[in-house]
Amino acid sequence: MRTPGTPEAPDSATTAAPERTRDLGQLGLAAALVVIGAYTVYDASTLVVGFADPVGPKAFPYVIGSVLVGLGVLLAVAALRGDVPSPEDGEDVDLTQRSDWLTVAKLVAVLVLTIATVGWLGWAVTGALLFAGATWALGSRTPVRDLAIGAVLSVGSWYAFYVGLGIPLTPGVLDGIL
Amino acid sequence: MESLSLLADGLGTALTPENLMWAAIGVLLGTFVGVLPGIGPAMAVALLLPVTFGLEPTQAFIMFAGIYYGGMYGGSTTSILLNTPGESASVMTALEGNKMAKKGRAAQALATAAIGSFVAGTIGTLLVVFFAPALAGIAVEIGAPSYLAIMLMAMVLVTSVLGSSRLRGFIALFLGLTIGLVGLDLNTGQPRLSFDQPLLADRLDIVVVAVGIFALGEALWVAAHLRRRPLSVIPVGRPWMGRGDWSRSWKPWLRGTALGFPFGAVPAGGAETPTFLSYVLEKRLAKEGHEFGKGAIEGVAGPEAANNASAAGTFVPLLALGLPVTATATIMLAALQGYGIQPGPQLMTEHADLVWTLLASLLIGNTLLLVLNLPLAPLWAKLLRIPRPYLYAGILFFASLGAYTANQQPFDLFLLLVFGLLGLAMRRFGLPVLPLILGVILGPLMETKMREALSISGGEVSGLYNEPVAVVVYAVIVLLLVVPFVLGRLRRTPLSTSAPTPAAAAEAADSDKEQVR
Repeated sequence: MRTPGTPEAPDSATTAAPERTRDLGQLGLAAALVVIGAYTVYDASTLVVGFADPVGPKAFPYVIGSVLVGLGVLLAVAALRGDVPSPEDGEDVDLTQRSDWLTVAKLVAVLVLTIATVGWLGWAVTGALLFAGATWALGSRTPVRDLAIGAVLSVGSWYAFYVGLGIPLTPGVLDGIL
Repeated sequence: MESLSLLADGLGTALTPENLMWAAIGVLLGTFVGVLPGIGPAMAVALLLPVTFGLEPTQAFIMFAGIYYGGMYGGSTTSILLNTPGESASVMTALEGNKMAKKGRAAQALATAAIGSFVAGTIGTLLVVFFAPALAGIAVEIGAPSYLAIMLMAMVLVTSVLGSSRLRGFIALFLGLTIGLVGLDLNTGQPRLSFDQPLLADRLDIVVVAVGIFALGEALWVAAHLRRRPLSVIPVGRPWMGRGDWSRSWKPWLRGTALGFPFGAVPAGGAETPTFLSYVLEKRLAKEGHEFGKGAIEGVAGPEAANNASAAGTFVPLLALGLPVTATATIMLAALQGYGIQPGPQLMTEHADLVWTLLASLLIGNTLLLVLNLPLAPLWAKLLRIPRPYLYAGILFFASLGAYTANQQPFDLFLLLVFGLLGLAMRRFGLPVLPLILGVILGPLMETKMREALSISGGEVSGLYNEPVAVVVYAVIVLLLVVPFVLGRLRRTPLSTSAPTPAAAAEAADSDKEQVR
């Protein structure tokens, strides 16, 4: 288990002595759990219980929502008492260095752009942009080649789905050309 | 035996040239995606799910069986040829496998893994053929209360027995149950947690949820921690084994199979325990002057067989009870539901042809895997060198493609992003993924069974435990929850939420990884 460099407490985490620092970012998660749980309970309270239905649609969300609130409180207590999570390791994951949230933000921006444009540009164009944008965000600096690979992938997948599986993806601006 | 003649019928359906082609495509795609670093079997299956949308159920299942075993096999190749294992089921394989590879015996390590997987997968599938119908026969008799209890037990087992932190396991489970609530209530038709969005009221597409959590979440998490120095990949030729390797491998294969299958079949889930046990067993049985720690072939053969046998074993609860106990099995269940098929005791009788074709396809997929992958191994090894920006941009691309093809709604891409960010947060906060995805799938089923049980009893609470099976299962659940807690108290651990020893924590963290992939 290594100490994760978190945006909330990066300096204290990296310069800390052997003593493990508390991970107070978990309080944010705990708060989110309480909010989600409370909203689930509120949402359930607006439902109408059907007739001849001894349980009704409310019981399940009531239970789930209240337990979620309870778990949020427990997590907050655990976090304050110094319980730290073990972030997930993997083949390409290096937990010894600081988290690079800027790259994540760039990728999210690329995905938002995809959501905004897929309807009118169509999958073939948007998919290519998505691939090229994501490679750029991840550190590739050969935009022309990346765009070419993206175009091959997106046009290829469009035809694979259309010809092979009979699913026409949105053609968008290339309608009639593809 | 009736089972065998049914299996023969299934083989007859699966062995037409066209269906064989789908199986081969599935095996190749599954291996291709599974070999890629950072992609485990569950993510491979989730990413490839949309490919099967346009197919008939039978063909889709044949292809699926190939993807399943291909993805599993791809994972072991990665762990032998790279220094770090990707999933905990491969930790034991990597231990000796990577050492063998460094000694120049990568070809033998890959061969014993591939042949061992074949042997274990074949025996395991045949055992499924015998056990699943028998279990389904018993399960048909049990009513809604017992079914509810068994589902609860699977959830408790997966959440509290596996994983490093019970608190985080339960957080993941209840987040999953909350996600499962979204959409129209099946009895009264009222939308729940839908924010007045008709697209949400229509219930979430499980493909979008799974791809978001598994694929996008993982890609974003890796992007935040991308290794700056590339891993060293060991070059490999065509896998082969000498006479000595064969005589050292066949017993570990069989012992690994015997260990792996029961662990997969009992809803205790996960290949981590049997692979670990198999490794320990082989080390114990090794003769004087053994090679363990220096690249012993037994240490690859045994765990790899255990891994595949347990993967086959998970089909018993999946097909007979509709209970998925691993992340991959959960995605398979979602795929079945996508075709309007509800797994459970009735599946064996109502969709018998489909089940037997699936089982036959598993056997065929397993054989094709061996035939195709031994010669192709050097090619797969090259995939490990793929530049990381391309790899993870590719995951983003195919994840978006998968989410978009489901309904062709940009809104699904938005949901994909939301679940991708949730997946990222879960990896950051050490929340295991398996309980969440199990909650999403089993939550609605549990609610249905609970309401069914209570309508039968006219609202009396006794309707939840008026069957002997249910009472026994509830007792087991209480034991599962209470015993570790009491043991923890006796040992005076300050926090029951954190693993007591570093060794246990490391091991438990590994089991988290298995759940993710």
